Amino acid sequence: MDRNLFASRERALRNQPFSPNSTEKGPRTRSATVVPSVCPYCAVGCGQLIYVKGGKVIDIEGNPGSPISEGTLCPKGANTFQLSVNPHRIKRVKYRAPYSDHWEDRPLDWAMERIAERVKEVRERDFMERRDRTVLNHLTTVASLGGATMDNEENYLIKKLFNGGLGILPIENQARI
Amino acid sequence: MSTDAFTMEMLDVWKRPEPPAQQVETGFFTDTTLCIGCKACEVACKQWNQLPGDGFHWTGNSYDNTVSLSATTWRHVAFVEQFPLDGGGNSHAPRWLMMSDVCKHCVQAPCQEACPTGSLIYNEFGNVYVQQDICNGCAYCVVACPFGVLDRNREDGKAHKCTLCYDRQKDGMTPACAKSCPTESIQFGPIEVLRERARKRVEELHGRGETDAYLYGAEASGEYSALNAFFLLKDRPDVYNLPEAPRRPVARMRSNYLSSFAAAVGLAVISAFCFAKGDK
Amino acid sequence: MPGLGTSLGRGAATSFQEDLQNSDCILFMGSNMAEAHPVGFRFPMKARERGAELIHVDPHFTRTSAMCQQYVPIRAGSDIAFLGGLINYVLKNERWFPEYVKAFTNATTIITEDYKDAEDLDGIFSGFDPEKKSYDQKGPSWNYEGEGRMHKTETPPEIKVESFSQRLSALENPVPPSDPELKHPRCVMNILRRHYARYTPEMVAITCGCTAEDFLRVAEKLCANSGRDRTTAIVYALGWTQHSTGVQMIRAAGILQLLLGNIGRPGGGIMAMRGHASIQGSTDVPTLYDLLPGYIPQPAAMRDHGSLEDFLKQEEVRHGYWANMPKFMVSLLKAWYGAAGTKENDWGYGWLPRLDGNYSQLPTFIRMAEGKVKGLFLFGQNPAAGGPNAKLHREGMRQLDWLVVRDWFEIESACYWYKGPEGIDPKTIPTEIFFMPAASSPEKDGTLTNTQRLLQWHDKAVDPQEDCRSDLWFLFDLGKRLKRLYAGSELLRDQGLLNLTWNYDYDTPPMLPDGRASRLPDEPDAEKVLEEINGYTVADHRPVSGFSELKDDGSTACGCWIYSGVYPREGYNRARERKRSPDNYTSPNWGFAWPRNRRMMYNRASADPEGRPWSERKKYIWWDEATRRWAGVDEPDFEPDKAPSYRPPEGSKGMASISGDSPFIMKPDGKGWLYAPAGTKDGPLPTHYEPVESPVANPLYRQRENPTVELYDCPMNAKSEPMDPDYPVVATTFRLTEHYLSGPMSRFDSWLNELQPAMFIELSPELAEERGIEHGGWMVAWNKRAAIEARAMVTRRVRPLHVEGRTVHQVAIPFHWGFAGETVGDMANDLTSIVADPNVSMHEAKAFVVNVRPGRVEEHRDAPLPAAPWPEYRVAPSVPRSAQPEGQEE
Repeated sequence: MDRNLFASRERALRNQPFSPNSTEKGPRTRSATVVPSVCPYCAVGCGQLIYVKGGKVIDIEGNPGSPISEGTLCPKGANTFQLSVNPHRIKRVKYRAPYSDHWEDRPLDWAMERIAERVKEVRERDFMERRDRTVLNHLTTVASLGGATMDNEENYLIKKLFNGGLGILPIENQARI
Repeated sequence: MSTDAFTMEMLDVWKRPEPPAQQVETGFFTDTTLCIGCKACEVACKQWNQLPGDGFHWTGNSYDNTVSLSATTWRHVAFVEQFPLDGGGNSHAPRWLMMSDVCKHCVQAPCQEACPTGSLIYNEFGNVYVQQDICNGCAYCVVACPFGVLDRNREDGKAHKCTLCYDRQKDGMTPACAKSCPTESIQFGPIEVLRERARKRVEELHGRGETDAYLYGAEASGEYSALNAFFLLKDRPDVYNLPEAPRRPVARMRSNYLSSFAAAVGLAVISAFCFAKGDK
Repeated sequence: MPGLGTSLGRGAATSFQEDLQNSDCILFMGSNMAEAHPVGFRFPMKARERGAELIHVDPHFTRTSAMCQQYVPIRAGSDIAFLGGLINYVLKNERWFPEYVKAFTNATTIITEDYKDAEDLDGIFSGFDPEKKSYDQKGPSWNYEGEGRMHKTETPPEIKVESFSQRLSALENPVPPSDPELKHPRCVMNILRRHYARYTPEMVAITCGCTAEDFLRVAEKLCANSGRDRTTAIVYALGWTQHSTGVQMIRAAGILQLLLGNIGRPGGGIMAMRGHASIQGSTDVPTLYDLLPGYIPQPAAMRDHGSLEDFLKQEEVRHGYWANMPKFMVSLLKAWYGAAGTKENDWGYGWLPRLDGNYSQLPTFIRMAEGKVKGLFLFGQNPAAGGPNAKLHREGMRQLDWLVVRDWFEIESACYWYKGPEGIDPKTIPTEIFFMPAASSPEKDGTLTNTQRLLQWHDKAVDPQEDCRSDLWFLFDLGKRLKRLYAGSELLRDQGLLNLTWNYDYDTPPMLPDGRASRLPDEPDAEKVLEEINGYTVADHRPVSGFSELKDDGSTACGCWIYSGVYPREGYNRARERKRSPDNYTSPNWGFAWPRNRRMMYNRASADPEGRPWSERKKYIWWDEATRRWAGVDEPDFEPDKAPSYRPPEGSKGMASISGDSPFIMKPDGKGWLYAPAGTKDGPLPTHYEPVESPVANPLYRQRENPTVELYDCPMNAKSEPMDPDYPVVATTFRLTEHYLSGPMSRFDSWLNELQPAMFIELSPELAEERGIEHGGWMVAWNKRAAIEARAMVTRRVRPLHVEGRTVHQVAIPFHWGFAGETVGDMANDLTSIVADPNVSMHEAKAFVVNVRPGRVEEHRDAPLPAAPWPEYRVAPSVPRSAQPEGQEE
């Protein structure tokens, strides 16, 4: 029986009706631009490879070179493509006026200028130079929250601009312990 | 699509391209003792193959919410909670079994035997592969598979299942699930190498006292061929929702034909008898 | 991270994940590593396959437990009792590592006679002020014998200054009085023995709800797998940090590992598994209110920090590496204020803001709820669903004048003004809201610092679409606009901003990796920022090769001294280096680990006091007499040519004070601190206190909870009294592999949502039967703060525990859901409260109380977003049909 099976398999493998698609088959990443990256989810720090074709990301998978992950990923890491190429992503600035019940579209440049003005407005009003004779030199009515999911360079500019530039104290992220 | 392209495509159907050269046979060895139930394989498969999410249904069946393999889920992680009641005597320690299920890529595949169009083939890696440009959606394969792997997609009407990343293998790349697996529970490679490694692994586990470890589908058994995607399990197959003794419809064809024939003869005799009686 | 910093010197994981494969035993406690860090868990699995023992101690049986040979269920929040029991076992049975402990720890050091232990005072230490609910930080009552005369101004308890000078207790005498024979009743070893004497296996069982036998099996495994030839690692995560005693839990692990001789050795150490991609980075660089980059304290108004000189004098540490702090501080000021910072104006020190209170997240949101905060920037954080007592966080945000949300999706914190369980009428919310779409990681350059202090650069692959921009661009652009708005101001308060160095434009138009020109030439050059973080010489703007080149004379600039060396010369970005070394598992050329590319910290301890490896099997770093240098597989975390026999001459300062057999170079005495004479605000030794909300009394002391805990009592933050009969069930929150935090990075993704599509609560069949809750049916968990509904996951993975002679039930609640996204569900964090650990203002989400019943909660419910079964496009561009994804034909 086994030998028969073997013989029939040999025969079967030799004589298969391959379709045109099957003979031409190949991975879509063939000749793509490969960009090394790091997984944006947890702190394990898995290496990723981003495959780009036609100016678009077509695949994100593990980087076998990484000594930590050696090409593997967890379900979240494996999902990075969907995280980035996601129909739910918001791509235009959204603005909600005080007491309004809806979002409005506004140009990016307008929103940036408006934010800068609002920062200045609060700072002009609430900046504390001193209390009695103690120098404070700070602003505590504007707060910033976030950083643990961001790049070091971005954290650095938050601290530098908000603290070293504007004197804002309440700058926090989740990393308290 | 232009008319020319359309004509070319129609002609393609009649072309018999030169088949690719045979390669070393490949497969999966899924070692459930190393599975941490993370489901990276499920997402990596969906990502590579751009399979849709199947909808959101909380089952309450441990952490298994994708339930089974389907036309759009080609890796599926099963969860089995075994927590015997306190003082349960000689039962084993509490455990949570996890297994990443996949198409078995049977050495002698009933789906391939059932396919009337030549869509289902053994490709050059010996993997069972549904050629989407041939499949007509008849679903004979769906009923033929004893593991419930094949399924027809409601959108395009065709049969879909794990391709063992045929496209990736063409360039020597590891299939997406095996590549992503953090703990080497899913191993990919030449099938003979995997079978040898699996046998050694069982010996090693037995040596450690884990005597319940055994291989499922590493060899042919009963009427069923070996599987090119086989498993190391720690409990009976049905605990993981795998058949104890999978059946191959073709193997019973002769006896089925015979019994059908006998039944037909019998019925003919009976009805003749009845009619004859009625004549009276 | 004072938990590790106080014991060992630096607040970071001591080792690296790859090294876990060398462990002979790994204790997971306060960590669900297989679920929360599955890829890191490869290494424990490798260790297991090589014969290591894996142990999981946790309130509920998780996928991590399933992989371990031993699982021990304990009551949430009882960890110090368990760890104290282990310490007691090691001491009582003389299983500690004598050569290691005597040479490398402060076991022999003698403590002042003013010190009174919690054993003497029934749960509090000497120096406690019940009015202020804090310990006197000035007095000598916990200090080494003969110390404490050097008076400095006191830091009020509301400031969480993670100042190293304070933490390090700025010793005057780097060689404090000691008793090498360990006979002196006031030497640390004997204090330790007395403090933990009552933490017996039976006491552990009563307090934690495990059996004494289970506990003893754990203790025996740890001892059997520690010593010259074997090492044990401890892995923890948020399961330890989110407690009112979190810092002390980590301290207890430090004591245990020092006693067993497991720090600084291969297969040993304490792995802090951190949550986010760069949470270590955001502590290092940092986005924290009380720290400047590199753990330099933020100047404070109530300490004598008036001038730079005052500041440096106050924060001076004479002995150990921190003696270099003035160089780091001056270089930071030069990096920020450039040429405008001169010796005459203290390098711009006067422009820095001064602390006068606690501005961490929790008090800030309480102030916000009181209407005292006007504007808020959110960078990829979601307090409306993920903040402890999220309801209070939402209430706070509704009071804002304006809010900027930088994110990818319309997360809870972007839609709380018209969605949420409160059923809000948007017409009542005064806030002006800007949703600024952010670039995703493939769309920007930068470094992330992972859980093992490893800086890894990720390359930008494509441009972000439409208005999406990197956070770096947002800050750079906002900075430019503000500088323009303030241009010409003569006011002193504006000079910091106007003088801030702000030159990060690309020199040449940026190109993408596929050869196309970027459509966003005004994005800043992230490498220029990294170069500034690394540091450079002011005269010729050349990168410095490491922090040893930094000066306090204004000739060098450096944005974060501990990262110095990451960009050691022009064009050489070590974070971007991706080379493997086949015969060195520490992979020294893959990324850059701070400090100075040392992969394992305190690795001097991998050799004995004479510099020889403890054993061939555990060889790592050793003294090579021939070259008179330290050699081995890693960079030595020690002066590379300091011989083991070196002893500090009388009157030495800085690193010269550290002897050749002192591996903990950040400590002024160079020793690992079993006993912490300073650095923690709730006692020199970890002591079991009950969680703020707990259904049982403290079996060990009359002092029930941490006496220094901050409670933030207000109507929106109501808490149960101890042993409240209305709320008898212990609740703990947990993570699932399939989701991420409160969901912004997973609940907009169908591939993850389908794997865990609904909010549920895990409970035991016994509790379910008691309350009539059916598996798969709806249930409600409620307490004084909120009521939430969820599907009931009735499973024997959760066990009722026997605590103090009665049954205590626990429930485990995943915290991944909210009211935005493709799957929605009630928020675990509506149940958690705002209470804060006194050291770091960390909340207590891992142990609180609830009650449970079958049924649902009547409240406003928002519909989920329609599911997007696929990503945005599934046909790959420029790819032939035969190579398109196989999933489904278009």
